[in-house]
Amino acid sequence: MTAVVQARVFPNSYRDSVELMRIAAELESLDGVLRAGLVMATSANCEVLTEAGLFVDALAGAGPNDLAIAVSATDDAAAGAALELAASRLGGQATEAAGPAHRTDARTLAEAVAELSHADLVLVSTPGPYATAEAMKALKRGLHVFLFSDNVPLADEIELKDLARRKGLLLMGPDCGTAILDGVPLGFANAVRRGSVGLVAASGTGLQQVSCLVDRLGAGISQAIGVGGRDLDERVGGVMMLAGIERLVADPGTAVLVLISKPPADSVAKAVLEVAARAGKPVVVNFLGGDPEAIRSMGLIAAPTFEAAAEAAAAIALGQPLPAAMDLSAYDPTAPDGQALLAAAASAATTLREGQWRIRGLYSGGSLAGEAKLILKSVLGADATRHEILDLGDDEYTVGRPHPMIDPRLRNEHITAAGADPDTAVILLDVVLGYGSQDDPAGAMVPAIEDARAAATAAGRSVAVVASVCGTEADPQGLSDQERRLAGAGVLLAPSNARAARLAAAIAELAAQAGPAMAQAGSLGAIAEASTAGMRP
Amino acid sequence: MSGGRAKARLPWKQPNLNPNLFPSGLRAVNIGLEMFAAPIGAHGGTVVSLDWRPPAEGDRDLGLLVARLEDDRNDPVGRTIAAANAEAVQRLLAAQPMLTDVLPAAQALGLGERHILHSGPPIEWPRMAGPVQGAVIGAILFEGWAATPEAARDLAASGAIAFSPCHHHAAVGPMAGVVSPSMPVVVVENAAAGTRAHATLNEGLGKVLRFGAYDDSVLERLRWFASTLAPALSRALRASGPLDLRSLTGQALQMGDEGHNRNVAATSLFTRTLAPTLVRTSDTETASAVLDFLRANDHFFLNLSMAACKSALDAAHGIKGSTVVTAMSRNGVDFGVRMSGTGDRWFTTPVGVPDGLYFPGYGPEDANPDLGDSAITETFGIGGFAMAAAPAIVRFVGGTPDDALEFTRLMGRITLARNPAYALPSLGFAGTPTGIDARRVVDSGIAPVINTGIAHREAGVGQIGAGIARAPLACFGQAIRALAEDLGVPGAVSEAA
Repeated sequence: MTAVVQARVFPNSYRDSVELMRIAAELESLDGVLRAGLVMATSANCEVLTEAGLFVDALAGAGPNDLAIAVSATDDAAAGAALELAASRLGGQATEAAGPAHRTDARTLAEAVAELSHADLVLVSTPGPYATAEAMKALKRGLHVFLFSDNVPLADEIELKDLARRKGLLLMGPDCGTAILDGVPLGFANAVRRGSVGLVAASGTGLQQVSCLVDRLGAGISQAIGVGGRDLDERVGGVMMLAGIERLVADPGTAVLVLISKPPADSVAKAVLEVAARAGKPVVVNFLGGDPEAIRSMGLIAAPTFEAAAEAAAAIALGQPLPAAMDLSAYDPTAPDGQALLAAAASAATTLREGQWRIRGLYSGGSLAGEAKLILKSVLGADATRHEILDLGDDEYTVGRPHPMIDPRLRNEHITAAGADPDTAVILLDVVLGYGSQDDPAGAMVPAIEDARAAATAAGRSVAVVASVCGTEADPQGLSDQERRLAGAGVLLAPSNARAARLAAAIAELAAQAGPAMAQAGSLGAIAEASTAGMRP
Repeated sequence: MSGGRAKARLPWKQPNLNPNLFPSGLRAVNIGLEMFAAPIGAHGGTVVSLDWRPPAEGDRDLGLLVARLEDDRNDPVGRTIAAANAEAVQRLLAAQPMLTDVLPAAQALGLGERHILHSGPPIEWPRMAGPVQGAVIGAILFEGWAATPEAARDLAASGAIAFSPCHHHAAVGPMAGVVSPSMPVVVVENAAAGTRAHATLNEGLGKVLRFGAYDDSVLERLRWFASTLAPALSRALRASGPLDLRSLTGQALQMGDEGHNRNVAATSLFTRTLAPTLVRTSDTETASAVLDFLRANDHFFLNLSMAACKSALDAAHGIKGSTVVTAMSRNGVDFGVRMSGTGDRWFTTPVGVPDGLYFPGYGPEDANPDLGDSAITETFGIGGFAMAAAPAIVRFVGGTPDDALEFTRLMGRITLARNPAYALPSLGFAGTPTGIDARRVVDSGIAPVINTGIAHREAGVGQIGAGIARAPLACFGQAIRALAEDLGVPGAVSEAA
């Protein structure tokens, strides 16, 4: 089969690479299209196109400010149709945002600020190398910054945060996936109810998980401030977490604070906990994998998981007693989630064959993957390292590819491969909803889940698929609709990532004990439903 | 709001104040992914998305330097720049250019023997463009320093002639911009600041010195300028008193001129204004010849317009920390920029050929790279910046009247103010964009637009077309680096070395 290549240049039309990759993915899904490349025509990108066999004469004159599109296809008609679609997608940008959000022709922040009087905040999601300059311009003009961009050098982060601190501004990021200010979602945020739980988080999906669970538990969010994953690094010093705590302490709408981070450097932890201890409001601290005793000794509430943090905060916000586990000096993350979990695990385990033992966690959320690892470790001990939890949003998987929250293809490849692997006992998944995520992430996974199951069945096995959906009913995708799609594909659903991970661990444990007979009979679907319903507030 | 029902039982205080960080609603600017804008609007916020592209054409360090020079009331650098630019803009808007006299350059500029001025940044004879060399030959012949073109060329090459830019002598010249001591120049005084600027008298189209022609007809015209035209204009001006060029330009912009490539309205207004006094102060033959010359030269006002702009920009020049551009100019080889806060330094880069239409028989291969001090008009916010006033000009590049409006709007993105003295009817009487901020040029990548004539690359052939040029961005980047270095901003020297 011979391929034809067609290409087109859009002069002086900048688009972010994420947008371009989304369009490329869409083009590649068209019949007859083999490969599609949409890039700003820098010399490096042109080399990429050349290596991909996509560089043709039509692109010869293009420069760094020009957008180049090249498509290889089975015939000219298919290539032409793909170019047309790309043109319409690119052209659609200008009209798409009509309504309350509008696009201006302003090229610089100085100009936009003059146009939009009394601006408060700037969202920066440019490629990393340029993000520092945009954030700095915003801070100098007295504007808070939501800095979504990653690949911002640490030295730049330190400088920007120092500038923000001196000006009394928030610099949320870099690599800050999400925040919710005054009920307005920024970045990859969920549509959560407003309420009195205030979050400060150095973890994007951690913030999403806690805010969604707070919503699920009937409480709401006053403010959710993201600070970027490196904020509690010793060199950054937790500057923005401290600033966020100060704001929430002063905020009359916040009754309880939740702090979320990986375990910080000791000196940073000390500074943060000391400020938190003086808050005059209850503070729930989730230092994922950190020492709970250091937190409790300061009179703060230690939550070992995102779910525990959400439960504690929601209980306080709703005037309910703290969950029993939270009152224990040694909260046990391995505590079984009652009959339903065991039953579901047991039922799943009965269908496994000998030699199926491994959990394959395929995550789109980095912090959710981290939480799953932690739970596997606490349940399975040393054996946990034999299992596999992949953060597919990590840089090593996303070079030149869209993040799995945006594009399902990468994870679907892994799901299909996991089904074909005779070791696999459980495929463990997170599904993150909200703004910025795909339109139908559950639906996009179902074909891969069915492929994985079919591959296992063909080999005389079955494989358990466990997932949690991080989202709310008000999200564009709709929580229950997404859960229904997964349940329809036989997925065991847990209401939180922590519970999903425990369920996976329980199945793996049972599989390891190789005792199929211990299971009670029952349909997987019914048990899955019970396991979910039983854990709802 | 929910979650408040059961809270009365709790020991801690319940919220009763405004719980919003942004009490009048979140107002955000979105830079980057367009998809982040819509949810903000859907949740009651207000958001605008920038038409963003990497600043400084993707030069990260330079883009960051621009950020470090951003206005900032808490930072000495940002405060200095903001205040300096406010002052520069105030001086530009306050300018009151008055035409007071027409005098020999020797007298008006103190231009000495064997000293010739040229347009653009400094350049020595061997590197000069063909049309400039032609104009220099013409000036030497006109002054009588040599008898033949060959002798004039030898003299120019011998080092016996001092060359310097018009801009260094409070003067501006279109195209070659050549000024020699005996040539008459107009004297324009900015009454608001006391600055004075000068320009030669416009020769009209055809074979003219400014395009490098130096045959007898050219020299004859120059002699007539010195012997007849200049004295007549001088007498009339002394009798009538100074002529307000700002008001004249303001009217002309409402009559289809843009003050650079189209000056027919302003020339007519000028002629009409001066005619009665001219007739009273000259004999009939002289007055008739002068008026006939003005009638036949649609571009006569260009040189007055240029001197007026120069007098305003010189008032805004030399303010410490200011990023306002005070000169853009070309000598046919290099494009040069001066900025208020970097003093008399030029920031230069090779200049290209304008995009335009050619007279029959000529094409881009015949064109000299862009030439002349006339971009002083754009620097002051007219010319290409006032294209909305003169839609006819965009036809040089095959444009439409809408394109003309777009050019002016685009220039508004790189300027700090609108000049109310120069209202543009087609833009709802908004003023012309004034005060080019070098930071915004670098940040946005929007190159200033310059309306220009196109000279033949060989001396003496003359004008072969007209069109639109864009100022090269590199000059503005150099200016930003230099200012940052002067102000001690970190990162300023990384690339310049």
